[in-house]
Amino acid sequence: MSSIDTEATISYEEVLESFDPVMGLEVHVELGTNTKMFCGCATEFGAEPNTQVCPVCLGLPGALPVVNEKAVESAIRIGLALNCEIAQWCRFARKNYFYPDMPKNFQTSQYDEPIAFEGYLDVDLDDGSTYRVEIERAHMEEDTGKSLHVGGSTGRIHGATHSLVDYNRAGIPLIEIVTKPLRGAGERAPEIARAYVATLRDLLKALDVSDVKMEQGSMRCDVNLSLMPKGSTTLGTRTETKNVNSLRSVERAVRYEMCRHGAILQAGGSILQETRHWHEDTGVTTSGRPKSDADDYRYFPEPDLVPVAPPQERVEELRATLPEPPAQRRKRLQSDWGFSDLEMRDVLNAGLVDLIGSTVEAGATPAGARKWWSGEIARRANTDGAVDVATYAVERGITPAHVVELEGLVKGGRLNDSMARQVWEGVLDGEGTPTAVADARGLELVQDDGALEAAVDTVIAANPEVAQKVRDGKVQAAGALIGQVMKEMKGQADAGKAREIILAKLTG
Amino acid sequence: MAELTRDDVAHLAGLARIDLSDAELDKMVGELGIILESVAVVQQAPIEGVEPMSHPMPIVNVTRPDVVRPSLAADAVLAGAPAADQQRFSVPRILDED
Amino acid sequence: MTTDLTRASASELADLLASGETSSVEVTRALLARTHDVDTDVHAYLHVDHDGALASARDVDERRGRGEALHQLAGVPIAVKDVLATKGLPTTCGSKILEGWVPPYDATVVARLREAGMPILGKTNMDEFAMGSSTEHSAYGPTRNPWDLDRIPGGSGGGSSAVVASFQAPLAIGTDTGGSIRQPAAVTGTVGTKPTYGGVSRYGLVALASSLDQAGPCTRTVLDAALLHEVIGGHDPMDSTSIDAPVPPVVEAARRADVKGMKIGIVRELTGDGFQAGVQARFDESVQHLVDAGAEVVEVSCPSFTAALAAYYLILPSEASSNLAKFDAMRFGLRVLPEGVDAPSAEQVMAATRDAGFGDEVKRRIILGTYALSSGYYDAYYGSAQKVRRLIADDFARAFETADVLVSPTAPTTAFRFGDKIDDPMAMYLNDIATIPANLAGVPGMSLPSGLADEDGLPAGFQILAPAAADDRLYAVGAALEQRLLASWGGPLLNRAPHLTNASIASADATAGATTSADVTKGEGA
Repeated sequence: MSSIDTEATISYEEVLESFDPVMGLEVHVELGTNTKMFCGCATEFGAEPNTQVCPVCLGLPGALPVVNEKAVESAIRIGLALNCEIAQWCRFARKNYFYPDMPKNFQTSQYDEPIAFEGYLDVDLDDGSTYRVEIERAHMEEDTGKSLHVGGSTGRIHGATHSLVDYNRAGIPLIEIVTKPLRGAGERAPEIARAYVATLRDLLKALDVSDVKMEQGSMRCDVNLSLMPKGSTTLGTRTETKNVNSLRSVERAVRYEMCRHGAILQAGGSILQETRHWHEDTGVTTSGRPKSDADDYRYFPEPDLVPVAPPQERVEELRATLPEPPAQRRKRLQSDWGFSDLEMRDVLNAGLVDLIGSTVEAGATPAGARKWWSGEIARRANTDGAVDVATYAVERGITPAHVVELEGLVKGGRLNDSMARQVWEGVLDGEGTPTAVADARGLELVQDDGALEAAVDTVIAANPEVAQKVRDGKVQAAGALIGQVMKEMKGQADAGKAREIILAKLTG
Repeated sequence: MAELTRDDVAHLAGLARIDLSDAELDKMVGELGIILESVAVVQQAPIEGVEPMSHPMPIVNVTRPDVVRPSLAADAVLAGAPAADQQRFSVPRILDED
Repeated sequence: MTTDLTRASASELADLLASGETSSVEVTRALLARTHDVDTDVHAYLHVDHDGALASARDVDERRGRGEALHQLAGVPIAVKDVLATKGLPTTCGSKILEGWVPPYDATVVARLREAGMPILGKTNMDEFAMGSSTEHSAYGPTRNPWDLDRIPGGSGGGSSAVVASFQAPLAIGTDTGGSIRQPAAVTGTVGTKPTYGGVSRYGLVALASSLDQAGPCTRTVLDAALLHEVIGGHDPMDSTSIDAPVPPVVEAARRADVKGMKIGIVRELTGDGFQAGVQARFDESVQHLVDAGAEVVEVSCPSFTAALAAYYLILPSEASSNLAKFDAMRFGLRVLPEGVDAPSAEQVMAATRDAGFGDEVKRRIILGTYALSSGYYDAYYGSAQKVRRLIADDFARAFETADVLVSPTAPTTAFRFGDKIDDPMAMYLNDIATIPANLAGVPGMSLPSGLADEDGLPAGFQILAPAAADDRLYAVGAALEQRLLASWGGPLLNRAPHLTNASIASADATAGATTSADVTKGEGA
C-alpha cells in the first residue's frame, strides 16, 4: 500500500520548478430566459419550493419536452461572441445517470453535436498581455433540482438521514462552455483561470443572456487540472474540482490543486482521477466521487426532440445583435476619453465605465465625469456599504445630468473648483440640483472686476516686499498675493482672474 | 461477438439501478445471450456508409416562444410523492454529490 | 328501439344520438352493464370509471338538449389504454411500479376525447409498459381473447382490442410501438390503425420507445377508425415530433372506399414462409377482393425487412432503458425499501423498487437496452440498428415508388394459447415481424379482419401500409376491402364470435360483481 498523503501540498514555487499545469475550465451559465429549457414554467430565483414545476420538468410519465426558442438564440449568440462556429445541424442527446435531483434520470444535453464549437476568447492579464483561451464547445442543456440535506450536522450530504428536493431549478436552461486544455500558462495559470472566468462573465453580461451571479449559482465553474513534468508532452491525470463559485475561488482552487498534485507527484505517487469539492471557507479541495468506467452515460440522440438546424440568415441576424466585446469597448473608451492606464483601471475597478459613458454622452468632459464620479461619492458609497457607485447614485436620484450641470457652472465661471466641491457635497446630501445648492448656499464667484481690483490694491499695499519680488520678475511669488486676495474676497473670486490683475498691475 | 457474462449483466443491472437477485441474474444471462445473438443480425446488414436514423420524420427546428405557462399547483405536484415534507419531495439519504 | 346499443358502431351511435333516438347516458349504461357481465372473464379493463363516464354522458346529453353544436362523436363512449395519462384516473401502464398513480394532467389524446364530449369508460389492460404481444406481461393479469378465453388477445394493447371485440366499447385508444394496435386487432377480429409517426400527439403517452410509439384508434369498423383518427389526430405544440399539418382526409377516404386504379404492393418478405396457412389463405382472398374492386397488384421487395426485427429489438430497449429510468421511487409511484438494510440510501431504494416494481420482460429489455447503449457496444448494436432503420425507410421509399400501398398479413398466426410463448422471448417477438417495419420507418399501418383461419376458426388480420402522411389511403383500401368482405360474410365477422354472456354468468355468480376484479387496486397477477 502506498503511504503517500494525497491531501498534502507543496509550495507553489516548488510546483513550478518541476511541472507545467494544464487546465480545462467548464463554465455552466443559467440563461436569463423567462421560461425553462423545455417547458413554460417560470424561472424566478427564490420562489417557494416546487411552485415552478409542471409534468415536463418534473419528469412525469408521458410528458414531453419542447425547446425554448430564446434559449437556442442565446446559445447561438454566446457561441458567436466566443468566435465559435455554429452547427448547421445538431441534436440534443440524453446523458443517462441516476440522481434524485434529476427528474428523468437523464439530463437532456448535447453530446457530439454541440450548437457551437471551435472558438476562442482573448483574456487581458494584469501585466497588459493577452492570453487566448481556446473554446472547444458551448452546448445547451438543463439544470437539476436542489436538495436540502436533513439530519446531518451541517446541512452537508454526509451524515444526512434524508434529503428534501425542490425541482424549481430543474429544467432551467444552461449553456455549458468548455475550453480546450490550456497549456503553457505556467505560473500564470491561476490568474488566467480567474481572468478567463471574469472576461467570460463580462461578455455574458454584455450579451444580456444571463445575470451571471456566481454567488446565486447562475454561473458555476468546474476546474480540470493536471500537471505535466517539465519537458514532457504527455498529459497527466486530471481532477475535476466542481462548483467553484467566485472569481477568487477559481484562482485559489487552481493554485491549490497545483500544489496538491505537485506534492503527490513529487512523492512518487499518482493522481486519482476524481471529482473534488472546493471549500471556500478553508481554501482546500476534498475528495469526491472517483471517476471510473462506471461513468457510462450511454448518450444517444434525444428522440423526443427534433434536430436544431439554424438557417444561416438567422445566424447572421443574431450576429448583428452582438454587442461590442467588453475588452474592445474598454480599449476604445480609454482612447476616446484620453485616460491613462492607471486611470482606466481605477475606473474599471470602481465599476464606473457605464456611468462615465452616459455622463460624457450627456455632455460632460471625460475628465470631469471621472473626477466627480470617483471622488466624494465613491467614498460615501463605500462608507455606506453600497454595492457600487452606480447603485448608490440611482438610489439617491443623482444622475449624469447633475455632473453636466455642475461642470457647466464651473465652466461658466459661476463656481471655482473648491466651490464646486461644496456644491457637489450638497447634491450628495440631497439638497437638490447643483444650481439649487449653489443658490441656497450663496455660492457664486464675484464677477465685479472693480471689487477684485480694489482687493488687489489692498493686498499689494499690505505686502510691499512680495509685490517688489514680482516686479523683479519672480512671477511665482504672485501666488502668495493671490491667496491673500482670495482671503480678502472670502473665497468668492476667480483665482485666475486675480492672478491676471496682479500681474497686470505689477509687471504690465 | 463478445460473450455476455454474469458479471456483465450485474454491471448493467447496476447502471440501470435494478437490484436483480442471484436467480434473476442467472436466468437473464442465458436469455440475453440468445437475444443478443439474434439481434446481432444488424451487423450483417449492408450498413457501411449508411447514415444512422434517429428520428422517423425529417422535421427540424421545433421550438416554443419564451412565454410563461401556468405551473402545477404545489399540492398536485406532491400528490403522487411517496414522501414529502416542507413542500419538498422527501427522498432517502443521497450517498454522494453528483 | 331494437338496436343493441353495445353492438352498434360509433358511427351508428353518433346518428342515434344526433337524432335523439338514444342518449349518451343510455349508451354508457348499456356498455357499463355489458362490462359488468363479461369483463370478469375478458379482463379488458384495469379500471372502470363508472361514475365519471356517466357524469360526462349526462353533461353531453344536457348540452345536446340545450341545442349546443357538438362534435359528431359527442356522447359516444370510449375506452383508453392505460398507457395514456388521464387526470384524476389511475394510470398504471400495466405495471406495479405505477400502482395507484393518478396523473395531475391529461394526455393530449385524452384531452381531445374530452373536448369532443366522449365519455371515458375506463382504462384498458396491456402488457407492462407496452412490452409484449399477448398482455401476459400485465402485472394485473392477462386479458382474454373474446373468441376463445384460453387464448391471448394480442398485445401490448390486448385490453383495447378485447374491449371493442367483446362489445364493452365501440371505440378504444391503443398505442403501437411495433404492432401493439394492429396485432391485437388481427387476433380479435377488429380494426386498428397506427397513424403516421407524428400524426397523433404523444404528449401524455407514457413512452416505451419515443421514436416508435404512436397512439391510434381501435374499433370494429374502418369508418369508426377514421372518425376516431380525426378526433385524436393533428398538430400538438406540446409534442416536438408532432406533424404540423392537417389530418389527412381519412373519413372522406373511408366513406368513398375507392381503390380503382390503385396499385397494391405485396411485400415479398412478408408473405409465405412463417405465416400460418389459414392466415395466408385469407390474405390471398382479400387481395383478390381488392383486385375485384379495381385495384392492381404489384409485387415489391423490401430486402432490409429481414433485419427489421433485430433493429427493432435494439432500438426499442435502448430508448426504453432511458425512458423508464424516471420510475425510481423518488417523485411518484411505488417505493420499496430493500430488505435487511438499515437506513438505505436513495440509490438502494431505487434499485430495490425497480427490482420489485418491474416485471421480468421489462427488466430484460432495460438491461438489453443498457447494454446496447453502453460505451464500447454502442456502434455495434444501437448504431448498427439505426443504420438498418435507414435501410428499411429506404426500402419503403422505393416500394412506394411502384405501389400506392403495401399489404401483408398483420400477424403470422392467429391467437395462440396462454403460456405458449411466455418463456421464449424470441418466439414472442416474432409476432411483430410484419408490423415492426412501419414503426421503424414512421409510416402508417392498419389491420382489419380478413376472415377466420380454416385450421382453428380464429380471426386473421390484413395489414395495409401507406407512405408517411398518406393515412387516408389506408382507409380507402380498408373500407373497400371491408365492404366486400362483409358482403361475402353476410355480416360482421364478430357476429361469429362466441356469446360471452352465457359463459360469464356462472363466473359472475361466483365472484359477486364484475367490477371488483377490474379495479386496479384489487387486481391480482395471473
